[in-house]
Amino acid sequence: MERYTPPPQSKLGQIFDVLVLLVLTVGALYVPLWLGLAGSAQVHQTVDAPTWESLNQNAAMVEQWGKLGFADAEAAAPLITARFDYSFSIFALVAVIITVVGYYAMMLKLSEKEYRDVIAEKFGKE
Amino acid sequence: MSDTATNTPGIAGEAERAAAQNGGLLRVLGPAHIWALGVGIVLVGEYMGWNFAVGKGGAYAALIACWFAGILYSCVAMIDSEVTSTVAAAGGQYTQAKHIVGPLMAFNVGLYLVFAYTMLEAANAITVGFLVETVAGMTGHEGLDPQPFIVLAIMFLAWLNYRGVLATLTFSLVITAFAFSSILILFLATSPVFGDSPLRHAELMTDLPYGWLGVLAAMHFGLWYYLGIEGTCQAAEEVRSPARSLPFGTLAGIMTLLIAATLTWYVSVGLMPWEYLGQSGVPLFDAARMSGSTALTVLLGIGTLFATLASANGCINDASRAWFAMGRDHYLPSWFGAVHPVYRTPYRAIIFLVPIALIFALGAPLDQVITFSILSGLLEYTFMPLNVILFRRKWPLETIKRGYEHPFHPLPAITLLCLCGITFFAVFLGYGTQLVAMIAFYIVVSLWFHFWRYRFVRRAAQFTMPWPKPQGY
Repeated sequence: MERYTPPPQSKLGQIFDVLVLLVLTVGALYVPLWLGLAGSAQVHQTVDAPTWESLNQNAAMVEQWGKLGFADAEAAAPLITARFDYSFSIFALVAVIITVVGYYAMMLKLSEKEYRDVIAEKFGKE
Repeated sequence: MSDTATNTPGIAGEAERAAAQNGGLLRVLGPAHIWALGVGIVLVGEYMGWNFAVGKGGAYAALIACWFAGILYSCVAMIDSEVTSTVAAAGGQYTQAKHIVGPLMAFNVGLYLVFAYTMLEAANAITVGFLVETVAGMTGHEGLDPQPFIVLAIMFLAWLNYRGVLATLTFSLVITAFAFSSILILFLATSPVFGDSPLRHAELMTDLPYGWLGVLAAMHFGLWYYLGIEGTCQAAEEVRSPARSLPFGTLAGIMTLLIAATLTWYVSVGLMPWEYLGQSGVPLFDAARMSGSTALTVLLGIGTLFATLASANGCINDASRAWFAMGRDHYLPSWFGAVHPVYRTPYRAIIFLVPIALIFALGAPLDQVITFSILSGLLEYTFMPLNVILFRRKWPLETIKRGYEHPFHPLPAITLLCLCGITFFAVFLGYGTQLVAMIAFYIVVSLWFHFWRYRFVRRAAQFTMPWPKPQGY
């Protein structure tokens, strides 16, 4: 098989490639943050005039909260009432499964195409 | 060194050996350094981050997640030890993917490694800042700005990595041993075996607050107990005897972590209500404070600091090796493939990754950064079973000498694939948008690589192992 010779890349081209990767990387985390889409699906239940009893905390728990610096139930309430919302739609789950499986399928297919060229050039075709 | 290269299965051919002798990375590390690299990166997971699993599912859910994640990582260590003992080159799983699956997969795996480790490094730096801020508050200096300490930690460790791998990993060995000993001392000091114990499991433990769905969800942060152990094989080109040292260091590392993770869970849930523990920034330090012992508080404070530094240190080491390897292969601009003429380290890759770590450490919340790291790790673990199945199919056992052969194939691969599927669902529960954003990122960069960047890559030159032609080609 004829040996593939890559074209030379200018310094400017190399810098541009690095910048593209850098922008994509930072964007992957910060764009969802800026759009308010990132972060845990944690919600805080509002409890009026919370007491240790209404927050379901027994005597030992109250003692430990005290040692942690939470003098009263009101101070600890935001932590105690924080809960994840695990409700989800089947549509969203199916969409995520298709995205993940599709990603791997695409990658394996394109990789295989590239890999065959590598092996053919390295070992020659039988 | 040349003897090692000649006699070790999987060491690259003449061109790479010559590079190693004349201008490549130095082979100076032993099995203890590999243990320190693996455990050093991961042990911080016991000091912070694992406890978010308590927040996602409750105390028992975190324990179940700890053990299932332990099974996941045992599969990772077994599979990785076999492939790495054969593909002993810088870049670790990236180099494996390049030889076994294909260039695009390798490019993605290289990015998984770089981002998993760089985000972990950023998370460590955030924790250093948080710890300094907490200690300052306890000593009457409230309002201390943690950001200079974050910058200082990253810059110092990058400098250490720049100066040489032996000093870097010897430093890691010492501080990792200290941090691991601190966990053992905390367990022994609070254990009922030695008299009065402050542990109150009977009163503090509750039922599963989210039911069994919470147990599934807890797998997300359950990975944090062990994330990064696979980084041992990044040092493959700097180990004196890769076929022996890499499997030994990796498997000893996972055993150490299984013990540390279980002890950490036991002590922490016996001292703190799960609602607090699930949101704590420095849970082991908090556990030491709750024990009422000043000596333990100081010990675990130093332990937390050392664990974060050891982890960040290992992360810089591993991320830079993966970036360096991709530069050397022209997957990235070849400028990154340079080795320092005096220190023999991939210095350009080390320097380049510093600002990326700083961007995330100074600007993003801890749980987001951790999730970013976990997701990159998870994508990598999903690649591993595919990798080992293809490896055994293309090069059956009799065709290439392995330094280590993992037993029960393909059972570990199938188990790992199933556990990865469960963990994807766990991340989806609560952090679904980040999962989609992350996959979208990898799809875009994959297309960029395949349709643009790959034209600058030589074809046959990517295959550097002295292996026969793969079966089926």
